[in-house]
Amino acid sequence: MKKLILGVAVTAIAASFSPVSAAEKSRDEWKAEYVRPSSVPHPADNPYTVEKAKLGETLFFDPRLSGANHISCGTCHNPSFAWGDGLPTGFGHGMVRLGRKTPTILNLAWSELLMWDDRFESLEEQALGPIAADVEMNQDLDELVTELQAIPEYRTLFNVAFPNEGISIENLAKAIATYERTVVSAVAPFDSWIAGDELAISEAAKRGFDLYNGKANCTACHSGWNFTDDSFHDIGLPDDDNGRGDILPEIEAMAHAFKTPTLRNVELRGPYMHDGSLADLLAVINHYDEDGVKRPSLSSDMKPLNLTQAEKIDLIFFLATLTSRDDPVPLPVLPNGKSMVVTKLKVQE
Amino acid sequence: MRANAGVAIAATLLFAAGTAQAETFTVTQQGKQFDIKEISLAVGDSITFTNADEYTHNIYSKSKVQKFNLGKQEPGASDAITFDNAGKVKVRCAIHPKMKLKVTVQ
Ligand code: HEC
Ligand code: HEC
Ligand SMILES: [Cu+2]
Repeated sequence: MKKLILGVAVTAIAASFSPVSAAEKSRDEWKAEYVRPSSVPHPADNPYTVEKAKLGETLFFDPRLSGANHISCGTCHNPSFAWGDGLPTGFGHGMVRLGRKTPTILNLAWSELLMWDDRFESLEEQALGPIAADVEMNQDLDELVTELQAIPEYRTLFNVAFPNEGISIENLAKAIATYERTVVSAVAPFDSWIAGDELAISEAAKRGFDLYNGKANCTACHSGWNFTDDSFHDIGLPDDDNGRGDILPEIEAMAHAFKTPTLRNVELRGPYMHDGSLADLLAVINHYDEDGVKRPSLSSDMKPLNLTQAEKIDLIFFLATLTSRDDPVPLPVLPNGKSMVVTKLKVQE
Repeated sequence: MRANAGVAIAATLLFAAGTAQAETFTVTQQGKQFDIKEISLAVGDSITFTNADEYTHNIYSKSKVQKFNLGKQEPGASDAITFDNAGKVKVRCAIHPKMKLKVTVQ
């Protein structure tokens, strides 16, 4: 009974106001929704170990994971470009241009569904995709195991990370996934502000935060500390990529729907969107201001915003506070495998 | 003869009880979540999905036991679905895949 009354009340509110007015929360109430988590979640069937993460890091940056031995995961997911490639859409095996922009791999430990269209349900499942894909790394997975087995240091690294199991495709995927979960954006000025330091961000950025949660309605989709609802929306971009509509063709709302990306370090990640079609953050905000292509799948949270030029600039100032002061990412020294000639000679002696 | 009548009466009772029992449950969507994670039903029971959220949802299932798609559900809308087959039905929202409901139909 109580539930029924509550349901009716909420429905009445929802019907008489737009979602924007439902946001009549104070700045402090909104701030409470953006607190960083204190630890990284790892799944029970692939728990964190230092050895696994170390092996995963080595594999992530090793170009020998590709068929032609020259493309690593890090070629496209480059830490210098906030774990993307800075291109509208990247290039894979044989310099083939890819159909979609390389997304960042930041903060994926919190993400359940992966890819722009949700093709994979875990990082373990995903890791093997690009290795085998002919347009990306074009590597035969069985051959990869043989190649790795020929490199003694990899045998050791796998044996340490997976005692009594050693080198296998499943373990390779588990190690890469464990490493990817450690790729987390560090504390940004925004986090310092949330934690109570009023001087950490500018007044313009604070106004931008109010707009983000209010008039501009960005929080309808880019919600919480990681600035994503891990959901799929058609935001009305004009290209003809059908996104998640190809995975769930029977559901109209999924046509042209893509995964909401995190906005952490977004300033470093242009050009933007799955097709890399928007050059900078002003172009992004202008897109939202106009609300995109009208079609049945267009998200109901896309509405004309009528932002002033000053408001657009405040929003950009706010987005820039999400850039973290990360430590430089040291590149791992890869098992070389070639110094073996000397070792072999020694054995023969 | 007698025995046969007994069976017939029992069967009728069972049948009557079966239909009388068909119940309708309500599952509410709020804050991009279902208010419950699991529910057990009898064959023939229904669930009314009520969107008490500020956001549009799209509830569907691709389960073998029962496939359905309620389509876009705007804030305030309700739609009911009857579960006709026994088994487990995984219900999701297409827009917000973190919204999950396990329906066990017995
Ligand atoms: C040639 C460039 C390229 C290479 C090499 C590459 N990726 Fe990607 N990666 C992409 C693109 C493009 C996408 C998005 C594809 C899509 O959604 O259709 C992607 C998506 C992903 C995602 C999903 C991100 C998300 O937000 O859902 C993960 C995780 C990922 N890659 C990890 C890896 C790993 C691990 C490797 C190495 C084994 C790798 N990638 C190699 C280009 C690349
Ligand atoms: C209806 C949900 C929704 C709303 C509202 C929304 N976004 Fe997005 N945003 C998305 C989705 C989905 C994408 C990916 C779209 C694509 O590539 O096709 C995206 C992409 C972006 C990107 C590009 C990120 C990248 O890695 O390429 C930026 C920047 C962005 N949004 C900022 C904003 C801002 C600022 C607002 C408020 C003015 C906003 N968004 C409102 C869902 C939304
Ligand atoms: Cu939903």
